[in-house]
Amino acid sequence: MVEAPVNPNHLAIDMAGIVKQFPKVLANDHVDLRVQKGEIHAIVGENGAGKSTLMNILYGLYKPDDGTIRVNGALCDFQSPNDAIHKGIGMVHQHFMLVPPLTVTENIVLGMEPLKKLKVFDFQKAKKLVKEISQKYNLFVDPTVKIEDIPVGAQQRVEILKTLYRGADILILDEPTAVLTPQETEKLFEVLRLLQSNGKTIIFITHKLNEVMAISNQVSVMRQGKVTANIPTSQTNPRELAKYMVGREVLLRVSKKARDPGKEVMKVENLRVLDNRKLEAVKNLSFSVCAGEIVGIAGVAGNGQTELVEAIAGLRKPQSGKIWLQGSDIAGLNPKEIRELGLSHIPEDRLKHALIKPFPVFYNMLLGRHDQSPFAKHGFLQHKSIHNMANRLVEAFDVRPKSIDILGGNLSGGNQQKAIVAREIDMNPTIMLVAQPTRGLDIGAIEYIHKTLLEMRNSDVGMLLVSMELEEVFSLSDRILVIYEGTIMGEVRPEETNFEEVGYMMAGNPASEVLTGPS
Amino acid sequence: MNRRALSFIIPVMAVIIALVVASVIIILIGEGSFFERLGFLGRAYYELIRGAFGSSGAWINTFIRMTPLILTGLAVGFGFRAGVFNIGAEGQMAMGALAATVFAVNASFLPVFLAIPLSMLVGMLTGAVWAGIAGFLKAKTGAHEVITTIMLNWIAYNITNWAVTAPFSSGVGVPKSPEIATSTKLPALATAQANVLSVGLFVAISAALVIYVLLEKTSRGYEVKAVGFNPYSAEYGGISVSKNIILTMAISGALAGLAGTLESIGLYHRFYGTLSAGKGFDGISIALIGQNHPFGIIFASLLISGLRTGSNQMQFVGVPKHIVTIIQAVIIFLVAADRIVRTILRIRTSKGGSPV
Repeated sequence: MVEAPVNPNHLAIDMAGIVKQFPKVLANDHVDLRVQKGEIHAIVGENGAGKSTLMNILYGLYKPDDGTIRVNGALCDFQSPNDAIHKGIGMVHQHFMLVPPLTVTENIVLGMEPLKKLKVFDFQKAKKLVKEISQKYNLFVDPTVKIEDIPVGAQQRVEILKTLYRGADILILDEPTAVLTPQETEKLFEVLRLLQSNGKTIIFITHKLNEVMAISNQVSVMRQGKVTANIPTSQTNPRELAKYMVGREVLLRVSKKARDPGKEVMKVENLRVLDNRKLEAVKNLSFSVCAGEIVGIAGVAGNGQTELVEAIAGLRKPQSGKIWLQGSDIAGLNPKEIRELGLSHIPEDRLKHALIKPFPVFYNMLLGRHDQSPFAKHGFLQHKSIHNMANRLVEAFDVRPKSIDILGGNLSGGNQQKAIVAREIDMNPTIMLVAQPTRGLDIGAIEYIHKTLLEMRNSDVGMLLVSMELEEVFSLSDRILVIYEGTIMGEVRPEETNFEEVGYMMAGNPASEVLTGPS
Repeated sequence: MNRRALSFIIPVMAVIIALVVASVIIILIGEGSFFERLGFLGRAYYELIRGAFGSSGAWINTFIRMTPLILTGLAVGFGFRAGVFNIGAEGQMAMGALAATVFAVNASFLPVFLAIPLSMLVGMLTGAVWAGIAGFLKAKTGAHEVITTIMLNWIAYNITNWAVTAPFSSGVGVPKSPEIATSTKLPALATAQANVLSVGLFVAISAALVIYVLLEKTSRGYEVKAVGFNPYSAEYGGISVSKNIILTMAISGALAGLAGTLESIGLYHRFYGTLSAGKGFDGISIALIGQNHPFGIIFASLLISGLRTGSNQMQFVGVPKHIVTIIQAVIIFLVAADRIVRTILRIRTSKGGSPV
């Protein structure tokens, strides 16, 4: 364990020897956490490392089985979040606790409303109070709009204002960036820095290492319920942190060898697709993908990527245009017909589109092949070959726990994705449609998925990769297409460009204005 | 505790708790000292069980009631498995029975080995088409099947009542159709006084077996369940959601239609305006108690028909037969709100208390 020296008089939080046992898991195993006053303290760890449990204990949601908690030096025994709030602790949960039909003001003051005579809610005064704190901390929100009408980033600002309104000095943010776009994340970081300069202490939970490096002063790493490192951010690097998180060396960026692409396997011509509001989301798009090539689509979420992928997969009827696969135009065919032509698909929303939660793993691995030999004969399922296939995939793709009977919904996110990737690869595709393959996964699983996708590329599968993570697009793609409002702003090769250039194109500037030529 | 064990234990516990609740009520309506009331309770349950299962006649009456309930239970349960809530078993049953009766009345020219299967086929097809209307509307327009099947129930109610009062009536008194041709009457298994148990019971049990195999052993069953659990993933996996919804409704309606057909060709030998008499709605309760499993549905049907048959006998010792309705209601309540039973048993399922 790496430990930095601390001055006990300057501690905002001092948790010592915290133990929390759940029925099957020791979630916190004698955890120590010391947070200095006025610092931004990042807690990193893979999913299930015990970060959220520790924070829920600090916020009074769980009672620890053992250990002590001191806040600003005073020993505390929290019975409920109310006790923690009284000690100046505020928590912004990963899933927001807001009332959508109420206004921003009403949400912020809920439970501590300013009152007029006869205990009538004083909306005007509440609005004034909300305006004051939002100006003080640069957290701009319109106090009179309803929560359901504002974007996620603004809802998060409301959550932060809620804790500040309740007088929080110590803010816990549980994976605050998971729901944000890169721009919103940057805005959040500005807010956090401002809060810090106002003397607030911030605990920031994440599993994204670049965020740790960008925002925190001090970082604690957790693995399997234990703290494996506690070091000043300036004295570490992502590589080292990843090692503490996973317990072994991790490749943060998979290496790939350049190779010549094979023949063209998919060609999209003048494709137009409407979104759910009947507006044109994909505007006259043309591109092609070759065998053994990964074509990455970079762009901010909501610029037509979802509609493009759904149109290719047959889940959404294109308005016009052609999609050539193996020499036939698949535009307008149904998903079954398209799959039979050798396309497999890892969709962006795995819970909604790729997984049937109440089905056991072996049934989930059958999806799409449930009427094909050897898994079905004369309409009857062949459970023996289905079980053999599922056991083979669980073993080969390291899906844990190694049971094919566990329900899909009871797997962790990373293992769900591994199961889906396993299934889609086992279909022997000639082209794979891969959307957001590592969203919400921890770095161990990300490394695994990336390696697997590159193996597929090296075995001559063509791949269209859609991702909001620039890092991912850069490290996997052979070519990058930048999409903005349904049109392609330019095509670049990752080794000939950088994040900045691609970022400009993602913001709507065509390649001709951005690329300065080879430098 | 695994899921399979739980889906068995919950209904059993629900029955036990319901009997305890009913016991309290019986003790309260009894007279005399506490021990006299206990004796009263004992007599009531003794007569209930004797009335349901205590003699061959009792068994026959229970089985007669059970036959249509298995099929309407299967109709609703199969729909549930595929994510559709078919509240229209009542109407599908009536329409199936009417169509099968019309056929059977005019089928005297056919030999038995053709007349009976064809009558069943006509009843099942009619039920399938009647339910298929709701399936088609859901698949193509998104109209919710609860609304459409309830509306179709009323249409079926009025059509069948009009049929047996005007063009297809016979005799006077209760609206009824003419008697069916002898060749279409199901062979009898056993008789108790005026009541005849036909081989329809075996038809119903076979239907449960067929549905079990369909759901658990075939690609079609896989598709139906996938659409029921997650239509988006099903579509992604190449399964046609609208085709499966229409097909599910049609199969569900065919089962309900068969229930009505067996009542006509197996029991009454004609169509009555009151033939369905709520048995279609009973299917909802049966499916719930049977946890939508074909074999569970057979046992649930046996339980409910046993309670109803036995309740007549129980009346003779002075306990109103409505106590059985209370028992049934408590069972359904506890099965529907299964969390109550889980809490009582203090069962922690894998769903509870995620530690992360």
